[in-house]
Amino acid sequence: MSYAETHEHHHDDHDHKPTGLGRWLFSTNHKDIGTMYLVFALIMFFIGGAMAMVVRAELFQPGMQYVDPQFFNAMTTMHALVMIFGVIMPAGVGLANWMVPMMIGAPDMALPRMNNMSFWILPFAFTMLLATFFMEGGAPAGGWTMYPPLITQLGDGFPFLIFTVHFLGVSSIMGAINIIATIFNMRAPGMGFMQLPLFVWTWIITAFLLIASMPVLAGAVTMLLTDKYFGTSFFIAAGGGDPVMFQHIFWCFGHPEVYILILPAFGIVSQIIPTFSRKPLFGYESMVYATAAIAFLSFFVWAHHMFTVGMPLAGELFFMYATMSIAVPTGVKVFNWIATMWRGAMTFETPMLFALSFVILFSIGGFSGLMLGITPADFQYHDTYFVVAHFHYVLVTGALFALMAGAYFWLPKWTGHMYDEKLGQLHFWLSVISVNVLFFPQHFLGLAGMPRRIPDYAVQFTEWNMISSVGGFVFGISQLLFVWVIVKCVREGKKADEQVWEGARGLEWTLPSPPPFHTFTIPPKVDEATAHS
Amino acid sequence: MSAGYLKTVWGAVISLLALALQPAWAEYGLNMPEGVTPLSRNIYDLHMLIFYICCVIAVVVFGVMFWSIFRHRKSRGVKAAQFHHHTTVEIIWTAIPMIILILMAIPATKSLILIESTGDSDLTIKITGYQWRWHYEYIEEDFGFFSSLAPESNEARQLKSGIDPNEIENYLLEVDNPVVVPVNTKIRFMTTAADVIHSWWVPALGWKRDSIPGFINESWAIIEEEGTYRGQCAELCGRDHAFMPIVLKAVSEDEYYDWAGDMMVAALDADVGADREWAMEELMERGEQVYSTFCVACHQVNGMGIPGAFKPLVGSPITTGPLDGHIDTVMNGVAGTAMAPFGMQLNDVDIASVITYERNSWGNDLGDMVQPSMIADRR
Repeated sequence: MSYAETHEHHHDDHDHKPTGLGRWLFSTNHKDIGTMYLVFALIMFFIGGAMAMVVRAELFQPGMQYVDPQFFNAMTTMHALVMIFGVIMPAGVGLANWMVPMMIGAPDMALPRMNNMSFWILPFAFTMLLATFFMEGGAPAGGWTMYPPLITQLGDGFPFLIFTVHFLGVSSIMGAINIIATIFNMRAPGMGFMQLPLFVWTWIITAFLLIASMPVLAGAVTMLLTDKYFGTSFFIAAGGGDPVMFQHIFWCFGHPEVYILILPAFGIVSQIIPTFSRKPLFGYESMVYATAAIAFLSFFVWAHHMFTVGMPLAGELFFMYATMSIAVPTGVKVFNWIATMWRGAMTFETPMLFALSFVILFSIGGFSGLMLGITPADFQYHDTYFVVAHFHYVLVTGALFALMAGAYFWLPKWTGHMYDEKLGQLHFWLSVISVNVLFFPQHFLGLAGMPRRIPDYAVQFTEWNMISSVGGFVFGISQLLFVWVIVKCVREGKKADEQVWEGARGLEWTLPSPPPFHTFTIPPKVDEATAHS
Repeated sequence: MSAGYLKTVWGAVISLLALALQPAWAEYGLNMPEGVTPLSRNIYDLHMLIFYICCVIAVVVFGVMFWSIFRHRKSRGVKAAQFHHHTTVEIIWTAIPMIILILMAIPATKSLILIESTGDSDLTIKITGYQWRWHYEYIEEDFGFFSSLAPESNEARQLKSGIDPNEIENYLLEVDNPVVVPVNTKIRFMTTAADVIHSWWVPALGWKRDSIPGFINESWAIIEEEGTYRGQCAELCGRDHAFMPIVLKAVSEDEYYDWAGDMMVAALDADVGADREWAMEELMERGEQVYSTFCVACHQVNGMGIPGAFKPLVGSPITTGPLDGHIDTVMNGVAGTAMAPFGMQLNDVDIASVITYERNSWGNDLGDMVQPSMIADRR
């Protein structure tokens, strides 16, 4: 039974939406809030990107050309904070807001007012963070990891950094509670947990990771605050404290955090590859179990971020083995994606191109991740550009590319227009080539001995840095094309039908494009055709 | 379209393989150096082993994927199969990675046990990280010294210095006082820090170790070839993190003992003069030297500091205020800022002269002198 048949008679009653500024400020509608999250992430993407451009410009050649080293450190620190907390996380939540209720046949999120609040905290939090640039002592420059004692040398910006982290934590936890409450309570009749689309599954697991890990970060930064202003010595060696303890606590949050960033990306790719292969996802159950296994293991590997602090042999061995074991479920996922393509009937529209490049480039990031997990080798790799290359492969060509794939995949559903396929593919090719020019040479730099977080370097690193910077500038400019494609798609384009993509399966594709303001006010019936794609 | 795609990815794979063909690529610095110690060679071999395994896996996995991309496309008129399970295959591709990982873990465990075997050393060097220089202390011989970025590099690395780094020999990798060690001797390095966390890294030794306030970490090396080996601080430690290099000179044992003997004599000389009265000119001259080694990175040559980050000394309430406050600040630092307690780093003459210099330079003209004995009284 299609959506139109069940909803025809009362369609009009529910499609009046508030207008003007109030529509957005006081919104309790999952679609509007999803849009706000996504637009916010896009704006922050360009702010964080501008900071990366400063970094790449200064590193274009040896010598200090443009900025003071302190400001350079602020650029790398703020770039990371903005990209992680302001781009990848909100974009993931934005997609969840838009898609989860439509995928499980719910009328909206379970807690719509809380949904409003978890979004509106973000602009205030980031205003506060970015305001530190204008304060005595400047913006945070001790790295996004905020290691003491260095971070406590920050000036007036320090408490603003701490409270920003608290705000972001509150926002994320509320968002996570909302997603869990929605999926657990509002699934359409007939949709059991093992019928959920994989994107929904990855978000359940991500939400639990958020609830478990964000309070750990909040605790760690609160201890920093009291160390600086209230005379405690949690992390001050001279007062009997332990600076390494902060790193343990931070990464106990930090490692689950990297899976918070990547699991929704796995979900998106698991929706897209079956669609454009015109074939069901291979190994649905093993995908769910692998995701859960990755999330579970993520709590026991944190110290691989800090092998060089000097741990006992037994500790180093444990964290090395645990880290290596994550390669197993991750491998299962990659094999399942490839098996999904196998003997399918593939086409290569922009979402599929981004998803395929995700599989390859994320795997390259996975290989370097495995290398970094081997403790003895990490004693060489640690804190070099090899690490920078690794986490940009998993976060840019991994998480970000999957988010872009998702944006292209669902844009026709959201706007009712097809995006410009030619421009979309141009954006893809420019991005995928330049991003490799940008990050691949950084493997070489790191292996050859260039430490990370330095504004100036010895002359033997010049060539690869120049190449990397050129790749960076092209990648940065290419993203303006992404904005243009989105704007164009919102305003005009070929009318999209319900189905949008030939191989698309799932409840969201039974709704009109664009979907009405309120959807599934009567629960849809889930059958074989609409169950997980 | 997909031919282009293939090209891009093959480009990446080929560059990965090229990485393995070192001789042809060595001059561009593509790979980890093999190093000059048993540990560094061990780690290098492990690195290459994992790298080759990853390459093989990549070729197989991506090969299957591209085969599929070529053959199983709608434009070739294929009809999609609808299978979505195959238990045997799924068990196989879970089991094989496990076996590969275990095979990797065995040599890795052996390496790690070797790396942690720090006992039976013949020479112990304590390395202390400071913002932004290293201090080396030879425990048995009882002498020590600071090692800072060489002046030529330091001049060239200033913002818009106009000096071409390519003209400077070993730009950013040269120091005033290199750390000298004998070859074929088991050296134990103990790393710690005085202010924030640093990390001591010479790639040729095969490892880096964080130097952390309140902690002492141990590592070891037996250097098998004479030579000069360079490295850098690897843990972000503030503004001048990039500007505290490490230069390690490995020399023959005879040469090492000559050098160590000279250093022990110099250590005795360093405190000479601490018990006499110093003239203004002497204090100013010594003070300028001390200032340009220890203070200039933050407070700058002109004493103006860096607005928003480091306080100026010109007309400041401390440098132009009561002498007591000035001495206290220099000796004990300012908690929660980058101003370190220099009482631990500098001797009485150095502290007395640098305070005198600061009170009588750049327009500060208090005219007062600080004598080394005044500093000694406060210790």
